[in-house]
Amino acid sequence: MMGVDHATFTATILNPDATVPAGLQNPDGTTASKRFDVYRNNVAVSLSDALETAFPITRKLVGNAFFRAMAGVYLRKHPPTSPLMMFYGAQMPQFLRRFDPAKSIAYLPDIAALELALRHAYHAADATPVDAQRLGVLAPDALMGARLRIAPAITTVTSDFPIYSIYRANTVTDAPKPVMQAETVLITRARFDPEIHPINAAAARLIAALADGQSLGQAAALADETLDLGAILGLLLAQGAVTDIY
Amino acid sequence: MLDAAHHTSLPPRPGVGYKPQHYADIMSHPDPVAWIEVHAENYMGDGGRPIAQLRQLAERFAVSVHGVGLSIGGEGNLDRDHLARLKHLVGWLNPASFSEHLAWSTHDSHFFNDLLPLPYNAATLARVAAHINQVQDTIGRRMLLENPSSYLAFADATMSETDFLREVSARTGCGLLLDVNNVFVSATNLKTSPQAYIDAFPLDAVGEIHLGGHDVDEDETGAPLLIDSHGKPVVDPVWALLDYTLDRAGAKPLLIEWDNDVPAWPVLAAQATRADAALALVA
Repeated sequence: MMGVDHATFTATILNPDATVPAGLQNPDGTTASKRFDVYRNNVAVSLSDALETAFPITRKLVGNAFFRAMAGVYLRKHPPTSPLMMFYGAQMPQFLRRFDPAKSIAYLPDIAALELALRHAYHAADATPVDAQRLGVLAPDALMGARLRIAPAITTVTSDFPIYSIYRANTVTDAPKPVMQAETVLITRARFDPEIHPINAAAARLIAALADGQSLGQAAALADETLDLGAILGLLLAQGAVTDIY
Repeated sequence: MLDAAHHTSLPPRPGVGYKPQHYADIMSHPDPVAWIEVHAENYMGDGGRPIAQLRQLAERFAVSVHGVGLSIGGEGNLDRDHLARLKHLVGWLNPASFSEHLAWSTHDSHFFNDLLPLPYNAATLARVAAHINQVQDTIGRRMLLENPSSYLAFADATMSETDFLREVSARTGCGLLLDVNNVFVSATNLKTSPQAYIDAFPLDAVGEIHLGGHDVDEDETGAPLLIDSHGKPVVDPVWALLDYTLDRAGAKPLLIEWDNDVPAWPVLAAQATRADAALALVA
């Protein structure tokens, strides 16, 4: 008798106003109050801390007090669905788009998306880069027919806002002040530390097509004149982003 | 698979909970510590620095893998995806030990990132034993189960924690991880005797001992409420309880846990040195 099922327990943990179930007691047999709050506090603080770790620049942009309050709303709406806390916060960009108190910072969801992509890159599978010479020796026709395998850490993030410039301005001293423009970012991981590079939307589409298994010729044919094929291939090869040519 | 000379058991010496900020200190020191413990879930990504560091560490040290996310005390089934990730990690790392908690953290597919408590009775005993059998069958080895820190009591409990752990170990063959700080925290919070707990504990099944720091608070009646925080040095009464335990259990692998407000390496190493001194008394 007096059992407290886990549905009741967890609902009470996430709701600070909920009454503690009668089966949870102080040593004298009265219903627990502050003792139950230990669990409430542990859960909220640990999830909020995990979000701070995941989104340091998002936090810097809104300030610590705002971030903690926002995290308190997020963690109740989106508790983790896996014990891998390194990936907690996957719904943050969508959450921020609908979070009224953050609406005035229109670029915030895309900065959160960039930070998620950086974490993905950090934990992505290791891959051995291909020798760039293997592309260099191909005749033009063979080159256009080649498919490139893209390393698991490679990601692009496209935004209507200057996400590259904003990220740099908040992580690098003396970075230029962002100007209002659409920016696209390529994330690479040559060894262990993800790096961000400014690219354009056409280059991001090329990378997506290559990752999808299309040949270089097919992928390039989708692009408009804003694509600098030589430049983006050079960047991908220099960053160890190509793991096979097939 | 690692092909370095393999550590098949933890030595009865001090180890530390590994924190990435200590990597350079540990790797540059000729004899920093006897063994290390890592949280399983931090090494379940696909690659990158965490796994590369763990491979390096495993070449030098016996490694204990300590899970915090299996939810062995959960009402529902164990998460099969998570079990598969654990099997993969234990498979390639081949650690000297694997341990988890007598607690739950997942309900209805939501993970709460905390060690939540369960009452000790026939129903929870059957559930915990079934989950431990499933874990041991999946990873193909014996695991250790750790006693929790308790903050409150359950109206529907019918067994003591020590009887519960003894029975789980008897039914499943699992070993036990005795956290002496948790014993002290629970006994203070529930107004029982920590020495009596040690006296009643099935010490023969202990494969590892944990030590850590706790925070001090009060409940609404002014009674002491200790909180297992792993963010401070081990306090003197817990060192004394360790001596009491080692006197009865003999030397065991002893781990210093310090997970929050992580100090510089020498501070953590000094705690391990003190643990070594406690072990020397029973050697």
